[in-house]
Amino acid sequence: MKASPAQARTVEAGLPAEAEEVAFDIKNFSLWYGQRQALQDVTIRIPAKKVTAIIGPSGCGKSTFLRALNRMHELTPGTRLEGSLRHFGEDLYGPGVEAVAIRRRVGMVFQKSNPFPTMSIAENVLVGLRLNGVRDKRVLQSRLEESLHMAALWDEVKDVLNRPGTSLSGGQQQRLCIARSLAVQPETLLMDEPCSALDPLATAKIEELIQTLRERYTVVIVTHNMQQAARCSDRTAFFYLGRLIEFGNTRNIFTSPSNPQTEAYVSGRFG
Amino acid sequence: MPAPGSRGPDIAFKWVAMFAAAMIVVLIVMVGWELYYGSRLAIAKFGAGFLWSSEWDPVLERFGALPFIFGTLVSSLIALLIAVPLGVATALFLTELAPLKMRQPIIIAIEMLAAVPSVIFGLWGIFVLIPWLRDSLFVWLKRFLGFLPLFQGPIYGLSMLAAGIIIAIMILPIVTSISREILRSVPNLQREAAYALGATRWEVLKIAVLSYARRGLFGAAVLGLGRALGETMAVTMVIGNRPQISASLFAPGYTLASVVANEFTEATTDLYQSALFEIGLVLFAVAILVNAAAQVMLKSMSGSGPVKVN
Repeated sequence: MKASPAQARTVEAGLPAEAEEVAFDIKNFSLWYGQRQALQDVTIRIPAKKVTAIIGPSGCGKSTFLRALNRMHELTPGTRLEGSLRHFGEDLYGPGVEAVAIRRRVGMVFQKSNPFPTMSIAENVLVGLRLNGVRDKRVLQSRLEESLHMAALWDEVKDVLNRPGTSLSGGQQQRLCIARSLAVQPETLLMDEPCSALDPLATAKIEELIQTLRERYTVVIVTHNMQQAARCSDRTAFFYLGRLIEFGNTRNIFTSPSNPQTEAYVSGRFG
Repeated sequence: MPAPGSRGPDIAFKWVAMFAAAMIVVLIVMVGWELYYGSRLAIAKFGAGFLWSSEWDPVLERFGALPFIFGTLVSSLIALLIAVPLGVATALFLTELAPLKMRQPIIIAIEMLAAVPSVIFGLWGIFVLIPWLRDSLFVWLKRFLGFLPLFQGPIYGLSMLAAGIIIAIMILPIVTSISREILRSVPNLQREAAYALGATRWEVLKIAVLSYARRGLFGAAVLGLGRALGETMAVTMVIGNRPQISASLFAPGYTLASVVANEFTEATTDLYQSALFEIGLVLFAVAILVNAAAQVMLKSMSGSGPVKVN
């Protein structure tokens, strides 16, 4: 129907204008779990200091894609990948590049909040810095405050910093995990369905937080919740059966997608 | 009974199962009672002093349990000091580090270690371990750590330390397999949280795995202690069987379990026999207390979890 102009726009949106800074520049990326191919020939440029949402039905490869961005998928034995993945110019899989170093620059927040149960709120936030060998009390204190402020949690916990991290509510725990990721000052924050275990109020808080995070960080968020993608992202990528079907401005994806599969998914006809 | 006919088997099964479960409780209570009943003569004669007295003289019929309590606790403690670090390290290797293909063979080997009869360990202790300890390790310890009272005095080979080492080998399988279960119960999400912060493997173990599992691992150690306290045959063969309290680990000792096994056949008088019963009662009480403590520890791990740490 409107194939050719839409096609052109997808290409345009998928490859942002030269002026825009690119966080992840990914070309012809494929990934296998053993014999099973999970991602096929994905080419995408994710812009810096923007929120990019990744949507698609279960099993479409969106979580796999996210976990490849900070090499977390390597924890699953038997994975293999091809293609080029660059993060602010650095080859993520280049020779001599350590996964440990990548993960300090590309933080991650998970589906379920996972604060360390034996640590206090403050220790949870600072654990990454301690791993990096930061010992200076003043630095730790200022980073603690800053991270909790960024995660919109400071006002709620400033008087109970020594209580266990797990004494907080589910939504607060998730924001604590965000603060923990921010404390090591990453450039990019990956979020794997961060609200799927939260109630609507706690979800709203996290979404609000994501809006403020984009001022300083690149955010890539995987979500099952299409309203969430529509509400809080700038760009949206739709994955289906291991392929990137469409990538563009969130508004376009949700109001006038060019691909019939995208349209079917965002209008709720499958998935 | 108002229940419909089809529920008959259900009810019957419920009662059979309940009876079986009740039997276990009855059995434990009966063992405890029997031990108490058998030792009433000694209890009447020596009272609480039985626990403090270090005299053990069957000829003069003066009996005290202290050297045996000491021997049991010290040899078990040595065993724990060796077996817990080794067992936890093995479990960490098996759950976190070893390639998948290597895991099963090692697990089977550990299970086989658990299947070796106690007396075999005793024989191995006498013919292999003791000569080696006497001629190499003990000599070395004495030379370099001889300033400590622990490593002074004559070396016989048969000793508290030899018993501790044998017990360590014998409790290693249970400590390892319980530790492995505990480590496997640490949610992957905890590990991922640490990895996502850029932690190295060792740092992940430290901040995500071990700290999460520490209470459960403590429970594993206490269960190992429960086993160690009761080990009898192999210990009797290598500890030297001398009722004395010595600071030196090179000195022979005696344990509660060993003295009962060794001397029951020679206990010709009623009081002697009754004293051995009381030794058994003490061992029974210590073992039950230790196991109960371990159960409480393990409950707090798997139940509400370490999620709330106060």
